[in-house]
Amino acid sequence: MPYTSILFYVLALIIVVSAIIVVFNKNVIHSAFSLFFTLFAVSGIYVLLKADFIAITQIMVYVGGILILLIFGVMLTTKITDVELKTKNLNVIPSILFSVGIITILIFVVFSTKWNLKQAVENEETVTQIGTLLLSTYLLPFEIASVLLLVALIGSAMFARRIKND
Amino acid sequence: MENIFTQWFGDNLLTYILIPVPIIAYVSVFALYAVLAERKISAWMQNRIGPNRTDKFGLLQTILDAVKLMQKELILPSRRDNLYFRMAPYIVFTAAFMGYAVLPFSSVFIGVDLNLGLFYFFAITSIGVVGVLMAGWASNNKYSLFGGMRTVAQIVSYEIPTALSAIVVVMLAGTLSMQKFALIQSGGIFNWYIFGGPGSPIKIIIIPIMVVSAVLLFLSTLAETNRTPFDLTEADSELVAGVHIEYSGMMFAMFFFAEYAQMFAVSGIVTTLFLGGWQSPFGELIPFLNTPVFQVFWFLAKGLSLVFVQIWLRWTLPRVRIDQLMTMCWKFFIPIALVNLFLIGLYIIFA
Repeated sequence: MPYTSILFYVLALIIVVSAIIVVFNKNVIHSAFSLFFTLFAVSGIYVLLKADFIAITQIMVYVGGILILLIFGVMLTTKITDVELKTKNLNVIPSILFSVGIITILIFVVFSTKWNLKQAVENEETVTQIGTLLLSTYLLPFEIASVLLLVALIGSAMFARRIKND
Repeated sequence: MENIFTQWFGDNLLTYILIPVPIIAYVSVFALYAVLAERKISAWMQNRIGPNRTDKFGLLQTILDAVKLMQKELILPSRRDNLYFRMAPYIVFTAAFMGYAVLPFSSVFIGVDLNLGLFYFFAITSIGVVGVLMAGWASNNKYSLFGGMRTVAQIVSYEIPTALSAIVVVMLAGTLSMQKFALIQSGGIFNWYIFGGPGSPIKIIIIPIMVVSAVLLFLSTLAETNRTPFDLTEADSELVAGVHIEYSGMMFAMFFFAEYAQMFAVSGIVTTLFLGGWQSPFGELIPFLNTPVFQVFWFLAKGLSLVFVQIWLRWTLPRVRIDQLMTMCWKFFIPIALVNLFLIGLYIIFA
């Protein structure tokens, strides 16, 4: 067995186990920390697929950004707001139906897709191509996304601001 | 290094396990002697003698300290969160160590020369934050938790000026590979990016911008490593010892080790981006000084000088307050970095 396969199975095991912990753990912080391992191992899978840019972006955005915000949010807000973070199971039957539906669709898609198997290409410089495409062909979506983020930033700053009553 | 090792041992898992061995050996030796250097330098600055009991100049001091720490009993808080409490120090150290993968020690010795080396470095060092938060939370101690929260707030904020001032060099060099940054700056001290990089004499107009960017990068990486004057995470007058309070023995040593590993890693980044990496300051005048062995010497000399400056600053300046820290980042560093970025953009278009 080539070493990449061993790495793949190790990473897959980490992803599956930590994802199960994320879903079934009653402690929200534990779930958040397990999510760290899930996201990190997913970026390992991207590395095995030779998608280096997306692997590093995965770490940068999900691990370095979103996960930290998530943990911060959970830690800071549990005692401030009146809403209690619930970790018990609600709506058991609809959620079972929904999950079974999704997994059926996924299994169907996995087995019906013709997977495009290719020989692995040597590491080529993708970041230049991505940059050029973002600033030429896909300029409009790129700009719209950045304006959207700016709006979200200003909006959240507005909400967080102390309102003066005078 | 990847190429050499695959030639020697073949393309198998063992090779990839062996590649980090020289680097971790270097990091260990560096950390041991950086601790000693820190204690000696602080002693000289404060008119003391410093460690001098072991060996002639106290050279064995940190080795013996490490042996002592290994033998110490691990005192664990009874209401800890066992798994994450034990895991956190190793995540913090791993994050600091993974950054070394892309540090170009010379034209031959680099863990792996990624196309996205710099991006990788900034991404991978940011996962240390998760470890710190884990440690702070799992200790079940309010000072630890506050320390962890502060660290995270500080590191996340200072990542922005770090990245923005590094992008200035990325724009000029047109690459993200650490090895290429060093290669481009060949030909003597005046081709280093702190002096505007290689190019026509008109580059003289960007020298002030580059110097400001280099200083910004150095200061914001200093804040990311949580060292004084930015060591609010372990501000002992307010937080006892931050996230390390409940850690003892070897687990504490891992945090310590991570801090020193990170000190050299960020110095290596500043060196590679602005100070020519492993290039000799004499360029091609003395070709003998540009062989791979001497390149290691130059890289270490530059990196260790920056480490010295970090130690120097630590024992000179008092700690800033948390509001001053955040003001400095968001109201001074980020705007200055953005203006730099804009000016360099104009320079690239018109020159």
